[in-house]
Amino acid sequence: MARLILRRVALGILTLFLISLVVFAAVLALPGDAATAILGKEATPERLAALREQLNLNDSVITQYLDWIGGVLTGSFGESAATQQPVSELLSDRVANTGFLVFVAAVIAIPLSIGIGVWTAMRRDRPVDHVVSTTTLVLAALPEFVIGIGLILLFATSVFTWLPAVSLLAPDERAWSEPSVVVLPAATLVLAVTPYISRIMRGSMIEVLESEYVTMARLKGLPERTVIWRHAVPNAIVPAIQVTALQLAWMAGGVVVVEFVFSYPGIGSLFIDAVDNRDMPVVQTITMFAAAIYVVLNLLADLATIAVTPRLRTEAR
Amino acid sequence: MTDQTVERALDLIPEAGPEAPPPRLQRFQWLGILRNAARLTRTRIGLGMVGLIVLIAVFGPVFAPHSPTEFIEAPNHGPTGDAIFGADALGRDVFSRFLHGGLSVLWMSAAATLIGVVGGTAVGLVAAYSRNWLDDVLMRLNDVVLAFPQIIFVLLAVSAVGPKLWLIVLTVGITHAPRVARVMRGAAQQIVERDFIKAEEVAGEKRSRIILEGLLPNVTSPLLVELGLRMTFSIGLIAAISFLGFGLQPPSADWGLMINENRLAITVMPWGVLLPVLAIAVLTVGTNLITDGIARAAIGLERSNE
Repeated sequence: MARLILRRVALGILTLFLISLVVFAAVLALPGDAATAILGKEATPERLAALREQLNLNDSVITQYLDWIGGVLTGSFGESAATQQPVSELLSDRVANTGFLVFVAAVIAIPLSIGIGVWTAMRRDRPVDHVVSTTTLVLAALPEFVIGIGLILLFATSVFTWLPAVSLLAPDERAWSEPSVVVLPAATLVLAVTPYISRIMRGSMIEVLESEYVTMARLKGLPERTVIWRHAVPNAIVPAIQVTALQLAWMAGGVVVVEFVFSYPGIGSLFIDAVDNRDMPVVQTITMFAAAIYVVLNLLADLATIAVTPRLRTEAR
Repeated sequence: MTDQTVERALDLIPEAGPEAPPPRLQRFQWLGILRNAARLTRTRIGLGMVGLIVLIAVFGPVFAPHSPTEFIEAPNHGPTGDAIFGADALGRDVFSRFLHGGLSVLWMSAAATLIGVVGGTAVGLVAAYSRNWLDDVLMRLNDVVLAFPQIIFVLLAVSAVGPKLWLIVLTVGITHAPRVARVMRGAAQQIVERDFIKAEEVAGEKRSRIILEGLLPNVTSPLLVELGLRMTFSIGLIAAISFLGFGLQPPSADWGLMINENRLAITVMPWGVLLPVLAIAVLTVGTNLITDGIARAAIGLERSNE
């Protein structure tokens, strides 16, 4: 088992290295270079030369990459080209808000979608199953900003006016001190990921319910609740682990759009501002983090799958 | 918006069981799948929804009462006889801008889908066929692109190069490709082991011919499902990028951009947001219904073959 885990970790590190090359290469694609991007087209040649010297742009591409990746690994991500603030400072102001939003969404979405999956699997082909399956088919199709704006139209403007349409927070205020601003953004994320997890859970639960050992457990006369929750769900949940990891990683991109819809002061809206200003240090740092989250979550999902699958646990030994 | 249909698409491939499968599956399998899909109610509803939006997008400009950039009323003016859905945040006719704003989403999504599905299928089939170091290298590169959330990858490129439409189409296509490649590789791996491929290899057939004429016709069910799925996601991504302000630039008429321009006035004048949001919703739900119909038809077809 240790060899299998080690192999997965090594592959993860290799993937992260290749990702960092792609992210770094984005600066090379800048028309002109980073110095002209910061100072603009009207900058004098002297100032450009000075800034190039300061940013080490005269070094070889390899040296520049090593400088950059060294900074990323030690937590110094450079300075924002737009505000001259350290990128780490900009991020630390916002990361708690985004973390809270994603946490709330995940804590609601995961049990909810697994519950829906189990519930509809047990009522297979009955009217409720069809209603839920049509609903998830529609929700899965809708882009997240369409869901978000739909929720604003319903709950913040015309029909009901219960919740704020815009998540306004004072700069030193955190999202959890004003919970009403989190409700609609979190609901958007929940509605966006629930269809996928619940559909996979339903499918794998149906398969397990038809298996011989579930029939066996029923024949032994175990109460139905024990059959479902002790025997069927723990096995049916394995495919859902991978999908849940994918959905959580998707949220790293999803929050960008959702935070913009609600003007929620998190990493996502910081990212949009940075793309707007072509502030490459900020864009690169956030991109690197989003991709790393995917690699780490996938690794964790693989490990969790190994841990809950006895066959893999022994085979890999 | 991720890759849940991977498992489902893989299910569509008949297992190479011991009961000796037919030496070569039917060549025009995909026609049969489409024919069966068209008989399902959900596919028909989906086709109706997509057809409606395509008609609006293509012929809308002909029927628009005003130019999309003409100022006709006070900003955010309510509906009048002349402007039946009112005026937008700058005083332009909402209905005319709506009728002009659909074509860009449609062509960009279609182009991005085509790039992603063609590129991804090529990578997937070559990887499955090679079964050697090339397979490993291609799949490793796949993982690298997969790690980026699609919208973040596109915006990374936009911040480096600028908000160019070709760049958005290309990068959306590139982010689709590894997702398609994974499905197509999985599907093709089971065909590669069949005897008729081995026979062609022994006969000294060219590799490109084996892939195009031996593999490709036998993986059309997952290919069709991927085409529909990626189209749904392309529409969502392209519209989202416009909505964020990095797609078509003002004063162009575009559904995503319209939502952005009018969202602050949503309480006073909801039509400027509601019309494009509804159109995008109807379009994506339509494409997803068609995709679901195709997936169901393909599963049905495989079952009847057994």
